Amino acid sequence: MGLVIVAIAAPWLVPHDPLRITLSDALLPPSATYPLGTDQLGRDVLSRLLYGTRISLVIGIIAVGIAVIVGTSVGAIAGFYGGWIDAVLMRLVDTLLSIPTIFLLLAVIAMDPSERLLQLAPHLPLLGHLLTLVDPQIVILMMVIGLMSWMGVARLVRAEILSLKEREFVLAARVLGASSMRLITTHLVPNAMGPVLVSATLGVGGAILTESVLSYLGLGVQPPTPSWGNMLNEGRIALGVAWWLTIPPGLCIFVTVLAFNLLGEGIRDRISRRE
Amino acid sequence: MALYLLRRLIGMVPVLFLITLISFGIMHLAPGKPTDAAMAFNPKASLEARQRMEALYGLDQPLAVQYQQWLRRLVRWDFGRSFLDDRPVGEKIAERLPITLTINLASLALILLIAIPLGVVAAVRPGGLFDRLTTVLVFIGYSMPSFWLALLCLVWFGVALRWLPISGLHSLDYESFGLIRRALDTAWHLMLPISIAAFTGLAGLSRYMRSSMVEVLRQDYIRTARAKGLSERRVLFHHGLRNGLLPIITLLGLSLPDVIGGAVIAETIFSIPGMGRLLYEAVMARDYPVVMALVTIGALLTLIGNLLADLAYAYADPRIRTGAEPR
Repeated sequence: MGLVIVAIAAPWLVPHDPLRITLSDALLPPSATYPLGTDQLGRDVLSRLLYGTRISLVIGIIAVGIAVIVGTSVGAIAGFYGGWIDAVLMRLVDTLLSIPTIFLLLAVIAMDPSERLLQLAPHLPLLGHLLTLVDPQIVILMMVIGLMSWMGVARLVRAEILSLKEREFVLAARVLGASSMRLITTHLVPNAMGPVLVSATLGVGGAILTESVLSYLGLGVQPPTPSWGNMLNEGRIALGVAWWLTIPPGLCIFVTVLAFNLLGEGIRDRISRRE
Repeated sequence: MALYLLRRLIGMVPVLFLITLISFGIMHLAPGKPTDAAMAFNPKASLEARQRMEALYGLDQPLAVQYQQWLRRLVRWDFGRSFLDDRPVGEKIAERLPITLTINLASLALILLIAIPLGVVAAVRPGGLFDRLTTVLVFIGYSMPSFWLALLCLVWFGVALRWLPISGLHSLDYESFGLIRRALDTAWHLMLPISIAAFTGLAGLSRYMRSSMVEVLRQDYIRTARAKGLSERRVLFHHGLRNGLLPIITLLGLSLPDVIGGAVIAETIFSIPGMGRLLYEAVMARDYPVVMALVTIGALLTLIGNLLADLAYAYADPRIRTGAEPR
């Protein structure tokens, strides 16, 4: 969880402004002034890495947040009502799962959805607020990654609900006259959250990987905003000569994703031991 | 078996329908009309010319009619023409599909060749040294950004050691080679991309292979086989593996989208002119007809893969085939 601290404390930790260009200091190897060297434009790599932590974590966590909300709603509705609602929703899940995620992501991003988003902003107060805080490109990235990864959660929640809804405490609540809405929100969903938590933690790692791939391809976080993925993209040009541009961002992605995977696995162990 | 196949095919219809609907829907997320991009290259185009072009692409019709027309052309493998070079999209894809399929099949084969033995050996002694070692490897595999690994391999094997070619599909003097030299040359160029694409799916599959084998080895019939005095090798491979492989068949079908997606990354990094590279180029150039066609075909490939996996499963497990134990 040191990562979270780094992300929050980034402005105080960085030795240099991550955006400041000092052309005379371009492509310097690591030294005392620049602990991890500088890139083609003379920007400090360490500072950019630390700010990149912020971007990656925020995108990863919010994207998964969206995926969990959508996935839980769809899964709960499908599992609870069954019948044709279930059939329709699950066919939708099957369909989205059958399209290679990266194809879908690239296709949606190719359509420049940020313009549409800006048109929508005045009508949705919350969204408009968000857009003044964050770059619309990043908002799109979070939304797109989130909306392409809820299917797993939906299947999980549906399976949990199916087995939970026949249990005695649910039947008891139903006999007492609880409404469907109340049954779902207070009795079923909270009890299905265990596996969801695990898959969400693992999902953050996955979302960070996705973000870095997209940024690497030049379709995610746009320069000059630093992200680990676009740093790799910029470093690729000096691949043979400046290792300090490619090794550190890659290692950061790797270690962060590994941390979330281990955390998820740890939570899974904790839950299965309790049961 | 025929009945089972028929049932599966009918089950695919709604999914196919939704795929086309999604592809079509994404295309209409774009700001403005698709023809704007084509027109942007020619600022002198008059309003009249623009309207003629919209009529040509049917963009002046209501959405439902457009969808219907698009669908009608789709079943005839007619995806329209590329905005970039005006060639038929179907033709552009057809010439690149074999390359991507080769990479996908080869990396799938590689995944199976490595993941199955790894999983089996790890399952023999759960918690043993080898098992713990593979668990660590699996976690590394899950967390490794494959494009970064590809970059590192490129620098190490391609630039520093000069062992392997770093990009493209053929050597420069490819035309002068004989048939066998040509095949070897292509294989040589595809070695790194295939390994990288395989790497993505390896960790998950070996993990599942392990848990499936652990489960199987706990069964009574394994104890019976051992009690009969069969050799450990025969117990493991004849009685154990054959049953342990069953869930892997389904999983292989499910992991197909990831393998296809992995090819996009590998093809982009190693500049291989396959479907993934085409998608990347089309996305960068906002070449909508190509993008939509590729999304549809990517999904289609996955569906075919899933169907094959289901058929293989039904073939291997007679309970499914005869419908004695519906899922």
